[in-house]
Amino acid sequence: MSTCPQYIVDYMHEYLDGEISREHEQQLKKHLQMCSDCRQHMHELSDTIAFVKSAAHITAPPHFEEEVMKRLPKGKNRVGIQRWLRRHPIVVAAAVFFLFMSATMLSSYSNDEFSVTKQPNLIVEGQTVIVPEGEVVKGDIVVKNGDLIIEGEVDGDVVVINGQYMASTSVVTGQIEEINQVFEWLWYETKAMANDFVNFFKD
Amino acid sequence: MDALVNKRIKQVLKGDQNAFSDIVSLYQHKLYQICYRMLGNKQEAEDISQEAFVRAYINLHTFDQKRKFSTWLYRIATNLCIDRIRKKKPDYYLDAEVAGTDGLNMYSQIASSEQLPEETVQQMELQDRIQYEISRLSDKYRSVIVLKYIEELSLQEISEILDMPLGTVKTRIHRGREALRKQLNNL
Repeated sequence: MSTCPQYIVDYMHEYLDGEISREHEQQLKKHLQMCSDCRQHMHELSDTIAFVKSAAHITAPPHFEEEVMKRLPKGKNRVGIQRWLRRHPIVVAAAVFFLFMSATMLSSYSNDEFSVTKQPNLIVEGQTVIVPEGEVVKGDIVVKNGDLIIEGEVDGDVVVINGQYMASTSVVTGQIEEINQVFEWLWYETKAMANDFVNFFKD
Repeated sequence: MDALVNKRIKQVLKGDQNAFSDIVSLYQHKLYQICYRMLGNKQEAEDISQEAFVRAYINLHTFDQKRKFSTWLYRIATNLCIDRIRKKKPDYYLDAEVAGTDGLNMYSQIASSEQLPEETVQQMELQDRIQYEISRLSDKYRSVIVLKYIEELSLQEISEILDMPLGTVKTRIHRGREALRKQLNNL
């Protein structure tokens, strides 16, 4: 067989694949008739295939399906939420807007620098703002991260953020607000923004 | 069947996880069989074929529904099997002596691991032998031989499953057949 051309073995495989041309098939047949070694080789290949094909049919163990279903990730809700979000772009836009807005408000809240509205007759001692006795402040006062002591009069609103408002015999014509909580601060900012908005249209 | 499968796929993609159970039930035996023949071990075959279904579920959105689902699924499974085979390169050989046993080797371990009635032993021996011969093939030849002669898939399908050119599949089948022939002649 060592003297037989290699293409004979190639033809055998073409034959086994069912892809042999008529021409090759005739050459192969002719060769097999006169060469017993190649005939043997061909038989062995056919037997090999028959051997593998006699493998028993294997089935999956019982409860296989259940086991697979148990192993699946619990992704049902995730898909549901994604689809809901895709269907309601306005809600998503509003949520994103709100997120950014509250982020800005929170950042201005956590800014703990002392500040006070500039009014001509205020006395500032460290982080304490004093409206002296006998003085009248015309306009609003906003104190941030500091205390406010009013001994005189204020002709306007008073707002103290992150600080204390102390007054004994003071006269304040407007509203007095003391803000210490984040949520109150947010509420105040929102209100202020709404007021600005309304004023903008009034003007 | 393809129409039913595609319908179930659409349901799964819409979030209906239970629709996937029909897909599992349709393909479980074929997929398990491929894994069992590739790995030669029931526990591993079960683990890998389940894993293949889980991966198919997770990546279902990437499946092109114009194509054949079984091809895609078998591809996931054969890739997992080949990975597993390569990871556990034999650290023992079947004919190596088992420590602490006098002349016993792994063949006798395998044979004695299951008790069977006499009349089925004859049949059992042939089946054991088939699996043994398949697992002696390198993973390159094993996958094509299993897909061609156990699953009886076309060369074209095998080429898609294994993601290799048709010519390569043919060469591997030819060499796989020759390797098996030699194995059988030596015994």
